[in-house]
Amino acid sequence: MLHTLTLKQALDKLDKKEVSLAEIWRDTETQIQAQNPELNAYLAVSKTAAATADQYSNSPLKGLPIAVKDNFCTQELPTTASSTLLEGYQSPYESTVTQKLRATGGVIIGKTNLDAWAHGSSTETSQFGRTLNPRNTQYLPGGSSGGSAAAIAADMCLGALGSETAGSIRQPAAWCGTVGLKPSYGRVSRYGVVAMASSTDSPGPIGKTVEDTAILLNQIAGHDPYDGTSSSQAVPDFTATLNKGVKRLRVGVVYLDTPGLESIKPYYEKELAVLESLGAHVEQTEALDPHYAISVYTVVQRAEVSSNLARYTGVRYGKDRSYFGPEAKRRIMLGTYTLSKGFTDQYYTQAQKMRTLFLQDYEKLFAKYDVLISPTSPSFAKKIGATEGSSMFGELEDMLLEPSSITGIPGISVPCYRDPATNLFLGMNIMAPMWREDLVIQVGDAYEKATEWNTWRTANG
Amino acid sequence: MTENTVSSATVHKIAALANIPVTAAEEQTLTVSFNETLDVIAHMSQLDTQNIQPTYQVTGLENVWRNDEVEEKRIFSQEQALANASKTYQGYFVVPQVIDQD
Repeated sequence: MLHTLTLKQALDKLDKKEVSLAEIWRDTETQIQAQNPELNAYLAVSKTAAATADQYSNSPLKGLPIAVKDNFCTQELPTTASSTLLEGYQSPYESTVTQKLRATGGVIIGKTNLDAWAHGSSTETSQFGRTLNPRNTQYLPGGSSGGSAAAIAADMCLGALGSETAGSIRQPAAWCGTVGLKPSYGRVSRYGVVAMASSTDSPGPIGKTVEDTAILLNQIAGHDPYDGTSSSQAVPDFTATLNKGVKRLRVGVVYLDTPGLESIKPYYEKELAVLESLGAHVEQTEALDPHYAISVYTVVQRAEVSSNLARYTGVRYGKDRSYFGPEAKRRIMLGTYTLSKGFTDQYYTQAQKMRTLFLQDYEKLFAKYDVLISPTSPSFAKKIGATEGSSMFGELEDMLLEPSSITGIPGISVPCYRDPATNLFLGMNIMAPMWREDLVIQVGDAYEKATEWNTWRTANG
Repeated sequence: MTENTVSSATVHKIAALANIPVTAAEEQTLTVSFNETLDVIAHMSQLDTQNIQPTYQVTGLENVWRNDEVEEKRIFSQEQALANASKTYQGYFVVPQVIDQD
């Protein structure tokens, strides 16, 4: 049962020599063998990692098994970005994030499924089959980091890495009842991550608890000379704001009155009262309509995709462009369209101007509030097959996360309700100003510890 | 229909520009989804952005340079560089013919 430990619990138990690393690996691998054939969270599982784990016993992550989304280039396991175009690709180099993970004793147990090229919010568009939601296998895990969120939810690893361009960490974390932390853009290096939308791509952790994500972020954050957009901002110890509580913190609640959220709104009102009872000042506030962020993201993301995916010619690596799935084709072509002569001002430049309006809106809001809170997703997890025939599925699902993605600010999603009938979860999205991951961790941790929604806290005490 | 409705002829042209092979059937479905997407984002023009500067990046970093020095550890060997190529010839990549093609 050691696979059910949180990362923090495992580190403590290893410290006290209450458990052995080999036992944790054995239980986790057994769990993968039992669960993965049905869930399809992992595309590749390392056969050799367990044997190497022991040499890291004195490092921060002590050789514990970590799942990595299959869009991080790794030299040992193949890297596909869940696309048949990259099937069989063996990266000759390692991403900065996975290098850092290794250097701090995180051992990659396997590579997890995603929407092909990370284009989506369901993991249903993976060209290697959909991942199922471990909380209820009739439902989707969300995406694009759905494999990583499912691997956490099913205890098939102790920590996981994903990447978010607009919702791809927080939305699957919410749908799978786990914690997902999107760092500030530039906080974590993009070097060696299969590029999607370069101006918003943000690698980050998915974990069992807020504390676990803080521990993981400590290992992967920081300036990287190989990524010109990575920041030299000082990196604090992200575990420093755990257990600090939320007394006197000013919390602004946004997007709760967005049409379509009526059925989930009562749950949030109840949970926000918990923060109030912990001493925070909580009030609902006006913000720029997130529907506009859908447009900004749709235009900017497609434009950047059309540029980034131009590299796949089938010459240096990968197969030719006929292997792109329908979603990638659609996105590349729409980006080509909005960047083509006569349409650039109307779409691309207008989108980037609207992005400025969102930045100004957040600047105004963060002058009044320390953090902003919204629902993570407009709904519980959707049923298998929900994406079929819906070309804007992801954008509509990620609407509440897109404003924070296009502006680069950090956010965390923590479980904030479980539906007893379906065993599906809602997530609370906590956002803070640029570089203030410490604040989202502080509020997320205080909320998580005051409530019953985190299944690892309730099960393990 | 909005003025920006995309025709299948436009989709055909964009596919060629993007170097994406599409079948006639795909062209039809892509035309439908193109227009769906353009409908969703049609409200873009409603926001007043006069006198608003565009934001292309959010870090504020400008002119990020590195020293012009060869960094051995980041260089692929010829073998590594060619390892994933579909076709090689005497240590070179084989590229598709582009001259005399449309």
